[in-house]
Amino acid sequence: MARRALPGFGLSLGVTLTYLSLVVLIPLSTIAIKTSSMSWSQFWSTISSERAVLSYALSIGASLAAAAINVVFGVALAWVLVRYRFFGRRLVDALVDLPFALPTAVAGIALTATWAPSNGVFGRYLHALGIEAAYSRLGIVIALVFIGLPFVVRTVQPVLAGLDPRVEEAAATLGATRWQTFRRVLLPALRPAIGTGFALAFARALGEYGSVVFISGNRPMQTEITPLLIMTKLEQFDYAGATALACVMLVASFAILIAINVFTWRAHRRVAPTIRRRPPRDEIALIVEAHS
Amino acid sequence: MAGFAGGLSSRTTERAAAQREAPWVRRTLIAVVLLFLVVFVVVPLVTVFASAFRDGIAPYWRALVEPDARSAIRLTLIVAAIAVPLNVAFGIAAAWAITRFHFPGKRVLVTLIDLPFAVSPVIAGMIFVLLFGAQGLFHVPLKVIFALPGIVLVTTFVTVPFVARELIPALEARGPAQELAALTLGASPWQTFLRVTLPNLRWPLIYGAILCTARAIGEFGAVSVVSGHIRGETNTVPLHVEILYNDFQYQAAFAVATILVGIALVTLALRSAIEWHVQRKRRQ
Repeated sequence: MARRALPGFGLSLGVTLTYLSLVVLIPLSTIAIKTSSMSWSQFWSTISSERAVLSYALSIGASLAAAAINVVFGVALAWVLVRYRFFGRRLVDALVDLPFALPTAVAGIALTATWAPSNGVFGRYLHALGIEAAYSRLGIVIALVFIGLPFVVRTVQPVLAGLDPRVEEAAATLGATRWQTFRRVLLPALRPAIGTGFALAFARALGEYGSVVFISGNRPMQTEITPLLIMTKLEQFDYAGATALACVMLVASFAILIAINVFTWRAHRRVAPTIRRRPPRDEIALIVEAHS
Repeated sequence: MAGFAGGLSSRTTERAAAQREAPWVRRTLIAVVLLFLVVFVVVPLVTVFASAFRDGIAPYWRALVEPDARSAIRLTLIVAAIAVPLNVAFGIAAAWAITRFHFPGKRVLVTLIDLPFAVSPVIAGMIFVLLFGAQGLFHVPLKVIFALPGIVLVTTFVTVPFVARELIPALEARGPAQELAALTLGASPWQTFLRVTLPNLRWPLIYGAILCTARAIGEFGAVSVVSGHIRGETNTVPLHVEILYNDFQYQAAFAVATILVGIALVTLALRSAIEWHVQRKRRQ
């Protein structure tokens, strides 16, 4: 290679690779080693057992529901934070990150106490209505909504702030209502960011353990998510079974990560020519002049 | 995770008519969003404090100073004091290599740094049990699993990306001009690093270290797998909260949890302060 102008290439890359190998790569590779020591039928019977399949269905279903709720409120939050000035806006902006900063165990007991049917602030009223929030699937979704709250807000917020205001002006000039402008002009531009936020929230929810374990009630086949099933197997020293399930989860996580990248790339390509690049000044001027 | 870009918002106060909604739309949206945050964030937080102080100050204080709680706090601080400096050193090395040099496989390396984010905490703990556990692949004379080294290892694994992720964009944005100038003027590589690179990276470095510390203190799932939950020995603060809670000592569990809530709130406050500071500097 050509001589490098700056020093420290060998040292910094060496430290980086050594550290990553020792802390991340070698430990992760044990999953592959452990899995390869299992027979195929042993592996398959573990990952396709009824209890495992029910846990996948619950994990995926609850994570999708939570991520969908996060999209609705996340876009609303990003919109309000970027577009409106109101008392306490900075506090709201800071609070959005709380789920990142709060240890999941604390989130778990706090949410359980809030939604418990016996004496929870909200839980007791839902209980009176015949709805069990804590210790049910609904409780899992509540915990996952909390955990995933920042993702959609933080992916949509900068894109919304960076949109060219002239696009909206043009839409208004052409007679669009605000709702039409939002649906037909702004939403398509925000879609890649929303998709990324959704996928991040979904991926995070899929692996979440700490907050869910308190609120779910942990009944096998009913409110048992996949990470909890892995934990149960580890506690029973069934390392092979735990590894097989971990394998399934890792494949799912990587598939989501790849999907995020492909989706973002394609969406960017589709949206880029119309919205993301500032339209040429003359074109806008022409539209405005023609309609005023 | 959100980084500096997360909190940035447009500075415009007056918006054109084309970008304004009817007042009722605006008020409804703000009300809905605030209600959502109150239900999902504020009420649970208040519940933690209300439950912690349910029986007054004395039981609250007792829960914090009893020997098991004190030993959990000590252990958590030891773990953070080892894991955070390791990841700070790694973050600086990785950011320097990635932003200042071209080499094949760079994008793969960046993805690998993010890998611990994509792995479920339970799996993060599990891989270290597979490595060092009773039937593990490695036989080390030291007791790793259900002991301090295991807790340090999983905490380090889980917090690998935090510092590097803050430093890479910051160093990328600056470019190598200042360092090249220092070298041309005869500074040694270490002088350049200590007097030019490091001072420039001060804020992102502090910010990354804060996030890293918060996560190291609060990690639950991964630590839970390798700790063995031995009271007074291998219990970190989050695990101590769990044990108290499962023992139906709710008041004590929430009392200890207020420490963690306090750390989270301080983290957010520091984040806002640093962001504000950096924005103000940028405008000057």
